[in-house]
Amino acid sequence: MALLGPSGSGKTTFLRLIAGLEAPTAGRILFGDEDATKLAVRDRRVGFVFQSYALFRHLTVAENIAYGLRVRPRRTRPADKEIRRRVADLLELVQLSGLDKRHPAQLSGGQRQRVALARALAVEPRVLLLDEPFGALDAKVRRDLRRWLREVHDRTGHTTLFVTHDQEEALELADRVAIFNRGTIEQVGTPDDVLDRPATAFVAGFVGEAVRLPVDAAGSWIRIGPHQVATPEENVGGPAELFVRPRDLVIARPGVDAIPARVIGVRRSGTSRRAELSLAADLPTVEIELPEGRSVRRGDVLPIVLATVRLFTRLPPHASRGEVSAKRTEGS
Amino acid sequence: MSDAALSGWLPRVRKPSALPGFGLTLGFAVSYLSLIVLIPLAVLVARAGTLGLDGIWRVATTPRVLAALEVSFFISAAAALVNAVFGVIVAWVLVRYEFPGKRLLDAAVDLPFALPTAVAGIALAALYAENGWIGGLFVPFGIKIAFTPLGILVALIFIGLPFVVRTVQPVLQDFDREVEEASATLGATRRQTVFRVVLPSLTPALLTGVALAFARAVGEYGSVIFIAGNMPFVSEIAPLLIVTKLEEFDYAGAAAIATVMLAISFLALLAINGLQAFSRRRFGHA
Repeated sequence: MALLGPSGSGKTTFLRLIAGLEAPTAGRILFGDEDATKLAVRDRRVGFVFQSYALFRHLTVAENIAYGLRVRPRRTRPADKEIRRRVADLLELVQLSGLDKRHPAQLSGGQRQRVALARALAVEPRVLLLDEPFGALDAKVRRDLRRWLREVHDRTGHTTLFVTHDQEEALELADRVAIFNRGTIEQVGTPDDVLDRPATAFVAGFVGEAVRLPVDAAGSWIRIGPHQVATPEENVGGPAELFVRPRDLVIARPGVDAIPARVIGVRRSGTSRRAELSLAADLPTVEIELPEGRSVRRGDVLPIVLATVRLFTRLPPHASRGEVSAKRTEGS
Repeated sequence: MSDAALSGWLPRVRKPSALPGFGLTLGFAVSYLSLIVLIPLAVLVARAGTLGLDGIWRVATTPRVLAALEVSFFISAAAALVNAVFGVIVAWVLVRYEFPGKRLLDAAVDLPFALPTAVAGIALAALYAENGWIGGLFVPFGIKIAFTPLGILVALIFIGLPFVVRTVQPVLQDFDREVEEASATLGATRRQTVFRVVLPSLTPALLTGVALAFARAVGEYGSVIFIAGNMPFVSEIAPLLIVTKLEEFDYAGAAAIATVMLAISFLALLAINGLQAFSRRRFGHA
């Protein structure tokens, strides 16, 4: 499960609350049926992977991984041989066999990340918590680690929560996504849910690079600036917000009732080509994905239609929603 | 390739570096050290050398000198070790907690640096004497502090404290809180976290502080003579013996004792440096 939201929205604090590194001001933390609210950090059996990895730099890789087992009271501590075997297994799992004698300072960022993960897995946690697990890595390593983490997750079966502000990462990796905003959870759902059926205006705006357009709604049409557009469903009348993603707009076939939009720029985004369009002088510009082979230049006027309509009635300011127990503090 | 091959048999004077200024700074450092440290010390050794090696040996092995050297080095080492423990605690408190008067306390740590040591010696002697505020508390237990070796220990702890605190403090300040949190999430008790994670990380800095405190204590004169009682064979320190020799115009004898102190100090500091290099490797600060 991914915790997704803008920075400062309380994702990390939420993770730290679960781990017991912060104390909640209200509410309870449940692990299954067990109330863990009052449980000390070390008794919660969570595997926490910090953004900075927080490895013990005076210990070797193997000692780092074994740490959680070695600090157990003698009664529950596995025998030395058993610890060594577990460490060897974990090293293999994180593909670092042979590096057991190195110190963290001698490892690359991706390797450190995997040591941190192995160290967290060593204690057989009930839940694995990852804080921005890929934050400090370059794009290529990131992609590889992402795929690999998914494999590890599927193999070990640990419930895993990870914090990210990268939606692509959250939507690709997670079975479920929780969208955070200002210390509250706006929506919890599958990636398809949050993308296609956003529960709130915030989710609609945050996920999928949507542009917010102020519109007036009435009946089965809306007014965008000077243009009037028919919608497939009946709308609640009044001021509303239309969320437009690049893929929501398509260039209209001739003869269809379309909005004329002026091209003010063309740029590449990854493998696709996008045009920036102005619908009216006082409206924010929107983007459209251009089909292959379509040549568009600045100043052209394109006829466009809305393929998907994502409309939210405009909420009065400070509208109250369900508060989650997470206290809002700046995530460290 | 050829560079690597060359460095195999040529003495390696410098590491290849992209940063310029090596020649200039090395030249400056060497001449500066020579003027301030090496030449004066060489003169000292030369002065002692007028006695010849066996002459130095004879001076150094008289029972009174041996006793004084023993007092100086053992009590200095003991003071440095005491400071190692309490200096870390002071640094810990100053870094980790917020409390009223913290800045005052922080500033007070440096006072032993600033105070003329004779002043400190007189103050300590007054406090720890049998009729002093603190010394009086120990009288019922039959413990005398001022004018005994214990008094020397107190004075040397006093002057050595800032060295440990000031070397450990910045390292502790930079210590990543998340590392401690990681230890806790892995099931470690607070005690285990402190002893297995925090203290090992402080070791190199702590060794530096202890070495400085020790070196300072060995050379300390001003504060000690006021509180030591200066009884030959019991509470007489080597620097005092040197001053005594000087007052008797036995310059060569004074230089001989000084040379022996110099040699022992040098070896001790070298040993601590070695330990430091080892701990840096061991604790991964390299």
